[in-house]
Amino acid sequence: MKTNKRPIRPSDVIDHLILVLGALLMLFPVYLALTTTSHDNVLLSKEGLQFWFGDQMGQNFRAAMFDKGGFSEQIDGTAMLINSLILGVGFAVGKIALSMAAAYAIVYFRLRFATFAFWVIFTTILLPLEVRILPSYEVVTGLGMANTYSGLIVPLLASATGTFFFRQFFLSVPEELVEAARIDGAGPGKFFVDILVPLSRTMIAAIFIIMFVYGWNQYLWPTLITTDESLFTLVRGIKQITQSVFEGNQIPEYGQAWALAIIAMLPPVLIVIFFQSWFVKGLVESEK
Amino acid sequence: MATVSVTDISKTYPNGAQAVCPASFEIADGELIVLVGPSGCGKSTLLRMVAGLEDITTGDLRIGDRVVNNLDPAERDIAMVFQNYALYPHMTVAKNMAYGLKNRGASKDQIAAKVTEAAEMLSLTPLLDRRPSQLSGGQRQRVAMGRAIVRDPALFLFDEPLSNLDAKLRHQMRVEIRNLQRRLNVTAIYVTHDQVEAMTMADRIFVLNAGAIEQIGTPSEIYRKPASTFVASFMGAPPMNLLHAQADAGQVRMGDVALRMPCADGAVQLGIRPEEVSFSPMGEVPFKLTLVEELGASRLLHGKVAGQDFVVNAPNDDAPLADGLMLSFPAESLHLFDAQSGKRL
Ligand SMILES: Nc1ncnc2c1ncn2[C@@H]1O[C@H](COP(=O)(O)OP(=O)(O)OP(=O)(O)O)[C@@H](O)[C@H]1O
Ligand SMILES: [Mg+2]
Repeated sequence: MKTNKRPIRPSDVIDHLILVLGALLMLFPVYLALTTTSHDNVLLSKEGLQFWFGDQMGQNFRAAMFDKGGFSEQIDGTAMLINSLILGVGFAVGKIALSMAAAYAIVYFRLRFATFAFWVIFTTILLPLEVRILPSYEVVTGLGMANTYSGLIVPLLASATGTFFFRQFFLSVPEELVEAARIDGAGPGKFFVDILVPLSRTMIAAIFIIMFVYGWNQYLWPTLITTDESLFTLVRGIKQITQSVFEGNQIPEYGQAWALAIIAMLPPVLIVIFFQSWFVKGLVESEK
Repeated sequence: MATVSVTDISKTYPNGAQAVCPASFEIADGELIVLVGPSGCGKSTLLRMVAGLEDITTGDLRIGDRVVNNLDPAERDIAMVFQNYALYPHMTVAKNMAYGLKNRGASKDQIAAKVTEAAEMLSLTPLLDRRPSQLSGGQRQRVAMGRAIVRDPALFLFDEPLSNLDAKLRHQMRVEIRNLQRRLNVTAIYVTHDQVEAMTMADRIFVLNAGAIEQIGTPSEIYRKPASTFVASFMGAPPMNLLHAQADAGQVRMGDVALRMPCADGAVQLGIRPEEVSFSPMGEVPFKLTLVEELGASRLLHGKVAGQDFVVNAPNDDAPLADGLMLSFPAESLHLFDAQSGKRL
């Protein structure tokens, strides 16, 4: 059988060489984390990073996930993973719900000052959490929300970016679709649930990815607002494990810390992979 | 099934633009009304006021025996077919048709029965599980029709439903819509700017011009007795010839041509359709030929009569293409309009 294969040109080789090198460069730290995790603490504190696999991988992961650590010896990796998931998912879902509702109000209802309201929301992009962290802390503790999940999540929810993206998307939905739905007897609630939300699927998936990763990686705010170790997230916990061990007079548990770092990396990667297939499907099926 | 009765209805947009001047009319049960007019004359606005998608500035609108001015579109018992179909892209054909019924709380069995019936009527049965994006333009058009008929509305509203289709399909759908409307015997208002659609489909045509209804009549009335120069030149292809002329003492003069016609003295416009003049050696009007367009079955001869543009639609075989042609104007095909107002005399 004859195939119509294009002959390989030198430029193809160079292109692929560059791609492969880039991929290796990106993957090397991950590899290093994996190899380093597989040694025991004594070796790690003597010799630092390891470039080949040892035999302690299983042991380190088990310890990281199930041994209680921290000052109070109260929290293990599993609990931190769950906390991180609650923060990541709560943050992403909350943000999407809030910004969709805001965009819906701005686009579809004849509000006075709707445009003005939108631009006010938009300017909050200039005020990220880091800028308003003291007042935010003051308010949240004042409301007694320190050391709660809602205290972790709620202050981060208001999102100008999400509102902006959904507003642009809603504006691109044909006017006639709204009118057809009105004639079909769909009130505002039904229109939102039956038409707008399904149409926004791909938008929702995209924003979910971004917001989940953003929430997952939060460090500063959780550090401020949670002092109770049972609320610690993974990203914080890694630090905590090595630190607590320094203060005791033992060898630092580097192996565990590395294992936690790998575990902390996994969910965002999975989320991206899972939603991306969805995302692409949505784009290819293009229905609007 | 319902009558529609409109009293002094008008529309002024918030920016002050008056899109529809006060108009009154009655539509009988089962009638198909076509609103026709040039772009921007207010056809869609009028239709959308009937649908309830646009507020009514003044006047009363009755569907059946209810005044519906302040009712929501959903409560007016109407169904509308949009120019770009406005199908819900994420629902299957069956769901698209069922959505309105579902919102009205119909039972599952009722919905299924209605959808099956409508799908059969429109030959959509094999397509029920597809999404709109997997359909051709004509099929989408049918789904939009189906969505309208499953509800058994009192009134169908169409806003240029065929303008996104190619010529052949447009013809086919035109016939189909007409048949369906007759069979279901539902009152319908149909907006188009295509005069062929208007002529072929309508029971009565409303010709709109700049927000005002210029004439209401059956297709043949509109064609035979246009109420104004606007209607005369808008309906008919090629449009009616309009010649500036002077009437005095029972004669109508254009330059050195004079026709005997009873008419009050003054400036007038003389109208005659290109297909109703004929060449004849006995003709009294000289025609100066400038251009010939072949149409297949006939020819369009462009030229001048008394120094004014004039078009003749002549059968292919007997059009002698020489200079010094003489035209005869049959008296019964002549229309006279007031030169200032354009109204029929
Ligand atoms: N929302 C609006 N605000 C102000 N003026 C409007 C609005 N919608 C339409 N108009 C004006 O009202 C007039 C009638 O518009 P309409 O859409 O009814 O025209 P149409 O006859 O349907 O034209 P077409 O054949 O192009 O669809 C136009 O002059 C238009 O500019
Ligand atoms: Mg229109």
